[in-house]
Amino acid sequence: MDIDLILRVYPFFLEAALVTLELALLTTILGLTCGSLGAAARMSRSRILRLIGATYVSIFRGTPALIQVFILYFGGPQVGIQLDSFAAGTIALGVNIGAYMTETIRGAIQSVDKGQTEAARTLGMSRWETMRKVVLPQAMRMMIRPLGVNINALIKGTALVAPISVIELTYTAQRFIGSTYKPFEMFLLAGLIYMAIIYVTGQGIAWLDRKARIT
Amino acid sequence: MGLDFSVVPSYFGVLLLGAGWTIAITIGAGLLSFFGGIVFAVAALYGHWTIRLPMRLFGWLFMGTPLLLQLFLIYFGLIQVGIDLPAFVAGVIGLGLHFAVYNSELIQASILAVDKGQYEGARTLGLSRGQTLRRIVIPQAVQAVIPPMGNNMIALLKDSALVSVIGVMELTLASQQAISRTYRPFEFYLTAAAIYYVINLGLEAALRRIERRIQASR
Repeated sequence: MDIDLILRVYPFFLEAALVTLELALLTTILGLTCGSLGAAARMSRSRILRLIGATYVSIFRGTPALIQVFILYFGGPQVGIQLDSFAAGTIALGVNIGAYMTETIRGAIQSVDKGQTEAARTLGMSRWETMRKVVLPQAMRMMIRPLGVNINALIKGTALVAPISVIELTYTAQRFIGSTYKPFEMFLLAGLIYMAIIYVTGQGIAWLDRKARIT
Repeated sequence: MGLDFSVVPSYFGVLLLGAGWTIAITIGAGLLSFFGGIVFAVAALYGHWTIRLPMRLFGWLFMGTPLLLQLFLIYFGLIQVGIDLPAFVAGVIGLGLHFAVYNSELIQASILAVDKGQYEGARTLGLSRGQTLRRIVIPQAVQAVIPPMGNNMIALLKDSALVSVIGVMELTLASQQAISRTYRPFEFYLTAAAIYYVINLGLEAALRRIERRIQASR
């Protein structure tokens, strides 16, 4: 283990970690947005919206995320979408994880006892009111943990923008492996930072989950 | 520059060959992750602590870091210690180990959930500890987690695209080669996505059949 080398290069990794964090945060926001819209579409009364929601989930979960990143970044300019690598990566990964979050959110909403909806409707609440005041508050509590699983996957998934040269952690590790021929040290350095990010995020989600519990 | 899919058919051969390699990698890494998962689970539960501790660290490292980073480690790490494996083999090992760790977590939980009475019954009948594990506990534990392991297999198929980065000539890299000659990224990546989608449907159907078989045999 080359400690000297690690001490020399770690500032580059910390800088790259900020990019990874930024990617993860933006992807989470975009993913939650797409996931909420997707879940609403999948449970809508309109057949067309349901079909759109199902198609979205099926296509984005049925093909590799890396290919989705490539289509947007390399193929985008052909159809008039010119994005830099960071923006293309963030959008592709966000829309991708949104498909997984769609199913997570839908699952949580549908796991709320049907009797709750029936009772609220019987009491004269509208469909929307029932959703907003009765179903969603319960479903939100139940979706924190599974969404945490999605977010954990998404943090590791940010590495997929390394092949389009976003200078994040994995790209940095790859570059230093190429220039120093020390794959193990570089892996450990980047790996420990990823694990720290995932650990802290996991603790945050567990805290939210505890807060949201009704005891 | 509009879209022009007319260049795609002349590369169908290249793409299908790539798809064949994608399937081969998925099957190879899938088998490795299945049996590796069982071995890891048993070692993590019943091994001596000198085995258990490194296994725990290894599992941690592999579950907490991106697959792409692990592929770089395995590919370049092996070269550094003087083992020059073909990219295909390195890719299969990397993907297989990554998912073996995930499968191992499933199997460990499942082994612990097998009824204690099964274990006691087998020991009473005179089976040794190893026999009880091999013939009674592990088969039941593994059967119970076939559906979630199937999900891992589906994830593996899609993640096999990542081995293109270390130079394995599968569907993604085959598409890149076609693109480097035609400058038509949108058309070829979209075609590749469609092929992945079809393989994915096939894999899902196969997994459903396996699940039905297992349920019927119970």
